[in-house]
Order: sequence, then C-alpha cells, then structure tokens
Amino acid sequence: MSAVHIVNARIVDPATAFDGPGEIAFDAGAGVILSVGSKAKAPRGAIVIDAGEHMVCPGLVDLRVVIGEPGAESRETFKSAGRAAAAGGVTTLVQMPNTDPVIDDVSLVDFVLRRAEARTEVRILPAAALTRGLKGEAMTEIGLLAEAGAAMFTNADAPIADSRVMRRAMSYATAFDALVAHRPEDPTLAPGGAMHEGELAARMGLPGVPCAAETIMLGRDLALAELTGARLLVDMISCAESVSMLARAKSKGVKAYASVSVHHLGLNEMDVAGYRTFAKLSPPLRSEADRLALIAGLAEGVIDVIVSGHDPRPAEDKRLPFDEAAPGAAALETLLPGALMAYHAEMIGLLPLLSAMTLKPAELLGLPQGRLAPGAPADLILVDLGAPFRLDADKLLSKSRNSPFDGKLMQGRVLRTYVGGAEAYVASSAHTGREGLG
Amino acid sequence: MTSAAAPDSAVRLSRRDLLAIDDLTRAEAIALLDRAERFAPLLSASVKKLDTLRGRTLINLFFETSTRTQSSFELAGKRMGADVVNMAVRTSAMAKGETLIDTAATLNAMSPDLLVVRHASSGAAALLARKVSCSVINAGDGQHEHPTQALLDAFTIRREKGRIEGLTIAICGDIAHSRVARSNVRLLTLLGARVRLIGPPTLVPASAARWGVEISHDMRRGLEACDVIMMLRLQLERMQGGLIPSQREFFWFYGLDEDKLRLAKPDALVMHPGPMNRGVEIDSRVADDPRVSLIEKQVRNGVAMRMAVLEALACSRTTGETEP
Repeated sequence: MSAVHIVNARIVDPATAFDGPGEIAFDAGAGVILSVGSKAKAPRGAIVIDAGEHMVCPGLVDLRVVIGEPGAESRETFKSAGRAAAAGGVTTLVQMPNTDPVIDDVSLVDFVLRRAEARTEVRILPAAALTRGLKGEAMTEIGLLAEAGAAMFTNADAPIADSRVMRRAMSYATAFDALVAHRPEDPTLAPGGAMHEGELAARMGLPGVPCAAETIMLGRDLALAELTGARLLVDMISCAESVSMLARAKSKGVKAYASVSVHHLGLNEMDVAGYRTFAKLSPPLRSEADRLALIAGLAEGVIDVIVSGHDPRPAEDKRLPFDEAAPGAAALETLLPGALMAYHAEMIGLLPLLSAMTLKPAELLGLPQGRLAPGAPADLILVDLGAPFRLDADKLLSKSRNSPFDGKLMQGRVLRTYVGGAEAYVASSAHTGREGLG
Repeated sequence: MTSAAAPDSAVRLSRRDLLAIDDLTRAEAIALLDRAERFAPLLSASVKKLDTLRGRTLINLFFETSTRTQSSFELAGKRMGADVVNMAVRTSAMAKGETLIDTAATLNAMSPDLLVVRHASSGAAALLARKVSCSVINAGDGQHEHPTQALLDAFTIRREKGRIEGLTIAICGDIAHSRVARSNVRLLTLLGARVRLIGPPTLVPASAARWGVEISHDMRRGLEACDVIMMLRLQLERMQGGLIPSQREFFWFYGLDEDKLRLAKPDALVMHPGPMNRGVEIDSRVADDPRVSLIEKQVRNGVAMRMAVLEALACSRTTGETEP
C-alpha cells in the first residue's frame, strides 16, 4: 500500500466543523482517506509530508465551469481546464452543457466522462442540458441522462422563457431527484445589457441589466420549485433582493438552493470602470451594496454554494469595445483566493466559506467528496491561507487568461492538490517543509 | 365462488344514471359484479340472447370514435334483447353546429330508455343527463370517468383472483389524462383494494395523494408486492406536448416489460384497457403472454359487465314509473 501521511497541518473539515491542528493519512492507491484527527494512524512506510502548519481541507467542488471541449477547444480543453483546476485546488468540477454539440444526449454524457478521465486527473462531471439543444422548448431525457452520469440539469446561459416548459421539466426531474440548475435572467430585459444598470452605467453610456431582470425570473423559478417540489439550484445570483427572496422561499420549505460566483463576492461594478472588458460578466458585477448582501447571505447560509463561473474567453472575444466584448472570465485558479477575500476581510468564517465550496456542493450532487472522513475519497488540498500575491493573469494555466482579478492583491495559495489520493498539483513553493519516508 | 351468491334478478340501483363510480354504493357495485357473473357463461353459450330488455331502446352516442367500448355496449344491449341505435357523431347534426344540449333534446324526443355517451369533455355526460329523461351511462367523458371500464376491470380481477379486498393494484402510466384511472381508483378503493399510482410526475396529478392511494414515480419500486398491474394507454400527443421527453425514455422507466414484471408478485396479472401502444407502455411479450395478460379477458368480460349495468338501470327505473 502506498500511503501518504500529512503531519503538522491545520485540519479544516466543514463536515464535522473541525478546525484545529492535526494530521491526515490516506491510501494513495485506493484513493481513500484512512485516518484523520489530532493524530492520524498511518501505515508503516507511508510518505510523510510536513504541512508546515498550513491548512488541509477537502478539495473544492465547483458546480459551474464552461469548457470548450467539444466544439471550442481554442477556449479550453479538458486537459487545460484540469490543469487550471488542480492548481486552483478544484478536485471536482461540473461542466456546463453549452458545448458544440450541446450535452443533451446520453452519448455526449458518456463522451465527456470517458474523455475527461483520459485527459485529466481532476474529476469532470457533465451537467446535461435541461432542454434539447438548450432551446428552451422540449425537455431532455432527464432519466436516461441521469443514469448515464449527468451530475445535474441546466440550460447554462440560456434561461428558459416558457414557464410551462420549465414547470414540466422541473416536475419531471423530481422522479429522479435530479438537481435542476437555472440562471434567473429575464430573456427580454437582460439582452443588450453590458453591465449593472445604475448611475455608473448611465455615466459610462452603457446599456444596463437591471436587478429586476434577475428577480423577475427568480420569483417565477421559486414559485415553480414550490409547485413541483423540484430541487432547484438558483445559478449565480447577483442582487441583494435575490438573497431576501431566497431566504423567504427557504423558510417556507421550498427546496431551493443558490450559488454565487466568486467574482460577485470579490468585485463590484466599479471594476468595469475604464471599460475593462475582463470584468464584463454575466450576470454583471453589481453595486457594493449587492456584494455585501451576497456575502451576508453566504454567511447566513441563504446562499449555499460558491462557484467559479469559469468561462474563459480568448483575447479576440475581449479586445473589443465594451458592449461588443463577450462576458466571462477564467476563474478556476482564482476561486479559492477570490473567496478568501471575504474571510480575510473578516466578513465570514473559514468553515462556512469552505463549506460552500466543498461539502455543500458535494451534497447537492450526492457525492461522497467534500469531507475529510475515513473512507471518503482522498480529494484534498494543502493551502497556505495567508500567502499574499498579486494576480498576474498571464501566468494562469487556463487556455484563456482573462481574469477580472488581474492585478489584484490576493491571499491564499494552493500548495498541493490530491485527487483520489494521486498528486494532481504541487506548487513550486511547496517544497519548504521536510518530506520523506516515515 | 362468487357466482353462487349471484342474484337471480336485476340489481336495483338508487341512481337513475351511471355517470361516475360515486353514483354506486359499495353494495350496489358488488351486486353488479355478482350479476355480471350470471351473464358471463351466456357469452359462450350457442344462443346468447335474453329478452330482459325487449322493447327497450338503447342509443349509443359517441362523440369520440371508439371500437371497443361502442361494440361492447352494442353487443350487451342486443344480448339483453334491446333495440340498439348507434349514432356516430361525424355523420350527425353535431357536425352541422348543433350543440350538445340541442342533441340531447332531439334524442329525448325519440324516448330512448338508455343513452350511452362518450364525449371529449369532462362533465359532458352529466350535462346531457340533466337534459334527458332516460338513464345515461357515461362511456367516457374527457379526463373524468369511465365507470363501466372500472366495473369490468374489477369484475375481471375478482374472477381471476377470487377477491378484490386486500389486493395491491398498481395503475401505471398517464394517470393525469386517464378517465379509466379515475374510475378505477374510486371503485377499487371502494372495494377495499390498495391502489398504487405509478407514473412520471408530469403524468400523475400531485393532488392524487389525497385520493386514498399511494403514489410512486419509480415503477421498479412501485411494482413490489403488486397482485395486479393495470397499464394505461399513453397518448402520443403527450410527448409532443412536452410532458415526457421521449418514447424510449418512457418505455425504459415506465413501460412494462418482463424485467419490471418480475418485481411484482410471482402470480401478478397484467391488464390494459386498450388500445395498446406496444413498445411504449407495454412490451409485446408481456401483453401477449396468456399466463399473465388479462387483456383479452377484459374485453370478453366487458360485455357481461355491461349487460348487468344496462339491466340494472333499465329495471330500476321502471319500478317507480308507470308504463305507457
């Protein structure tokens, strides 16, 4: 048995709410955690790694990643996305179905699962389209797709306008307890908008996307979740009002969950000032009041999940006038440091913050990941929480290197990433502590 | 056996019409089944005709085309000695713009004794019944009820299993749009069966949980311990309407094949009101297996069951009224 024994670590496990000094041992061959605690029982011959008092926590589970494979390999491939994910501490990611062809058929789910496994160590799970061709007209074969391995169902960036189609898809999904993710964005209010609608957009002369575009659709989706009993993941909310609406729905027992992108936790509309197209996102970066409400919603558990919203765009899509530029950003490598900004600003505790990137997304998908428990998959990361750096987007491992965090001072570096017990990433700065055979 | 207790004379019903199962009491329903048991052997006799309803007129008024139900009522009427008139609506005045109520008035003027009605709208049989002075039998109104189908199903189950009380009966498929399902739920629960509705959530009304039945969206689990599996026809327009994603997915999760049948009791029997969509809701190997399939028996029993119903309605009515 080849085992690894990480000692002298700060163990943080959202599943048990444990945060303290300790050790962890895992079987690198079988890929499962053997022992975790203040002292971990490791088999003889285990490789010992001194964590140097840095944090060991479950690997991140990212529910929203756009990969260009198949169809737009110039943007991102399984290989490049896997490399960026491992460097960012993401050990499981869900691929959005807006590929070419769209992931709306059993054969494509199968393709992604097999191809991704061959190309990267990171676990890539396909989300299947909720409607055929993402057209919003006819539901996909949700049952067959779920059996084939689709992690969840979503229309990606093409919200479903027809409420009857949405109702039927949600209702049907309940038979398979499938998770339905939907972006709340009114398809008649939002198009054409380039940024958050407000005083700044008016001053910059850019068409805006009002918060109402989000809350109108969110109201419908929450009502349908209540009507159908479906499990709804509200995909990437951006407005303060959405947090209140979600809190109300949750208090009524509606099975609604919500995600927020790391960009909306760390940035606001001011970041697009100067017409920086790298900060052009969808939904757009909102006001500072919205950002603070999102962090508060996360701390209170109204928002369940933090996603990267990774949607890399090649330079030619971004080097354009602001209203013509494509929205989206590479974000797998900035998910952790971007989210930690709120922790370092003392706006949220470490456990709830990490839970939203590990345990909670894993639970939503019914995965055994996201926890440091004996028997659980050895998907874990070693992180220097405080390490300061200035983000240089040119050094990102993603195939497209546009990040709205470019040039920002951030803290938190992934030192090592293990997926199923196998080392998927080691930072060049990780070789500080002692390492050797125990 | 039940036939030993079969009554020698017509069943007396408290209601003039049979529009829904709720028109029957439990005792009346059982008496009807017993009476049908009396008629069943006649169907294989060489002379199949009785004269109980001689001189009575039965009008079959079908606003929707039907082969099975219409001919079943026609045969039942003729075997009881009644004069039977079939009115196909496409050739009638309705096609010329006459309303349902106009048609009722016209028919009423012809003084029929029994009116058998099928219509695409829920409640149409009840509307007609209010406008005529004869007995009305609902032979299917929209997505509401089809009481004689439920009676013949119950009759068939009782003949095969010897009882209904205590049986676990699954009704599978498109419950939401099925009048057969609604009538069967009422009748089978009235007679003491445990009823389970199985289908995708888009085809089972969420409020059906208040009908005194169990609901399962997982057919494999739902079929466990079932004595009888009643399959329903999936209208192909349900798919175009977006209620289910595809035929192959429906068949995989909700179609009855030999694999799923094995999950029910070893002696489980299979029913279908017809017409079947082979390969959509039912596999041919199940539908055509004489050891498990009651589908042909349902048709055969339908005539006897409807004879009992026609007789009961015609005879109950004469008691309180003067003959012309």
